[in-house]
Amino acid sequence: MAKQIEVSGLDAYYGAHKAIEGITMTIEPRTVTAFIGPSGCGKSTFLRTLNRMHEVVPGARVEGKVRLEDQDLYGPDVDPVSVRRTIGMVFQRPNPFPTMSIYDNVAAGLRLNGRFSRSELDGIVESSLKGANLWNEVKDRLNKPGSGLSGGQQQRLCIARAIAVRPQVLLMDEPCSALDPISTLAIEDLISSLKQDYTIVIVTHNMQQAARVSDKTAFFNLAGQGQPGKLIEMDDTSKIFTNPGQKATEDYITGRFG
Amino acid sequence: MTTVQTGIQPISTSRRVKDRVVQALVYLAFAIAVVPLLSVLWLVVKNGLARFDLEFLTHSMRNIGARDAGGGAYHAIIGTLEQVLFASLIAVPIGLLTAVYLVEYGSGGRLSRWISFFVDVMTGVPSVVSGLFVLAFWVLALGMPFSGFAGAMALSILMMPVVVRSAEEMLRLVPNDLREASYALGVPKWRTIVKVVLPTAFTGIVTGVMLAVARVAGETAPLLLTVFFTDSINNNPFNGPQMGLPLYVFDQAGRPTDTAIDRAWTGALTLILIVMLLNLVARLIAWWRSPAKRGS
Repeated sequence: MAKQIEVSGLDAYYGAHKAIEGITMTIEPRTVTAFIGPSGCGKSTFLRTLNRMHEVVPGARVEGKVRLEDQDLYGPDVDPVSVRRTIGMVFQRPNPFPTMSIYDNVAAGLRLNGRFSRSELDGIVESSLKGANLWNEVKDRLNKPGSGLSGGQQQRLCIARAIAVRPQVLLMDEPCSALDPISTLAIEDLISSLKQDYTIVIVTHNMQQAARVSDKTAFFNLAGQGQPGKLIEMDDTSKIFTNPGQKATEDYITGRFG
Repeated sequence: MTTVQTGIQPISTSRRVKDRVVQALVYLAFAIAVVPLLSVLWLVVKNGLARFDLEFLTHSMRNIGARDAGGGAYHAIIGTLEQVLFASLIAVPIGLLTAVYLVEYGSGGRLSRWISFFVDVMTGVPSVVSGLFVLAFWVLALGMPFSGFAGAMALSILMMPVVVRSAEEMLRLVPNDLREASYALGVPKWRTIVKVVLPTAFTGIVTGVMLAVARVAGETAPLLLTVFFTDSINNNPFNGPQMGLPLYVFDQAGRPTDTAIDRAWTGALTLILIVMLLNLVARLIAWWRSPAKRGS
């Protein structure tokens, strides 16, 4: 199920502005890869290029290659919709569909894409909610609106929604930044268990979080205001946090800047 | 004194006075605005109740002589309902699709700016002009008869910009997060619009459509030129003159007898009630569809 992502020479633009430049990296299957770096360095932009969400913004475009196993995601005959079906995403702010119940939210990706029988849906909804560690809290109110849940529950609902379509990779854009520490812990536990089945990439501003949940860490930085963000280094998380190869990384993780 | 030490001052007298004066002005403005509304309602109810009976609601003006009492507005009620229904059937899909284009696909391009501009121009078109347009195009040029449908077309021209503007605003209120969440699940754009964006904006769009309906239900001028007058029941909106409640009020109010004047008042009351009823139905639909209801 989990697959490897290979990125080579990737540039991303917003109109004429180059947001990230020359990124080359390999994201291993069944690991958690964390992206850290100061605000505006292009972590989120890079994350969004991995499932072609970047181009949803008007005027945004990408140069370079992203390969999932052997397939070029930016190939001329690749349907971005099916890329997003394969590579799921969880956003910074929990965004359950307000018009839908908890059940419908989890089933949304399946329902909006094809026909499933009621019993199939029931099974997938239950296993996704269990996978997102939310089943016990919501099993008695599946047809209540998803917006009635707490922030942390909503975020786990969004994770359940994302894994319900059985993606091969799960991208998370600062999934805990709007949550309290207890909900954050619940999500981090969840990430550790999801690692068995998925390739996970997480953007975070919280370095302890990166250290706690990730196997690999990539540090991004930008040379100055208006300059494109770059990948400074990427290595095992333990190495990055104890013995980074670059001075800038060390400065950042020890809190000397950023 | 503590105030001196902290630099925090008590509210000065001049600010207190200004606050009072502005407050009084706001209340006064509100009262002035409400006076005409209440007086119109009061007058219509007081004068309209006299003839608001079963006969009025179930009989037409056929064979009612100039001095006769009795008669009713059944033919006009049927006409108004049919004309507004057909006007909505034309204007709501076109208006809604236009709004979807402007918000979801146009993205500030040249075409969408032109559309926005012309929608604004259409908002300012006097209602009689839309009637004249249908008269010239449909009745005179194409040789079609006066009919309820011709009236509905004239009304739809008035409805369209209202629907576009209100739907556009409601669609813009839908957070972009939801669209992105849907895209990230691998849902194509058109399905995202149909299944996520439109349902989220549904309540607001219904309100906007009802405002548009309320606006055109009372239009007289375009009907004058397109549906003509009749005292008889005409259930077929596609052929022959039909009546509408605004026309009925206009017609009856112009007659010199007291019975006719009474009928005009009752016609106006009926029109207000119909619009209120439609609004109520729309609110019920919106309430029934809203997630809050299922939440409780």
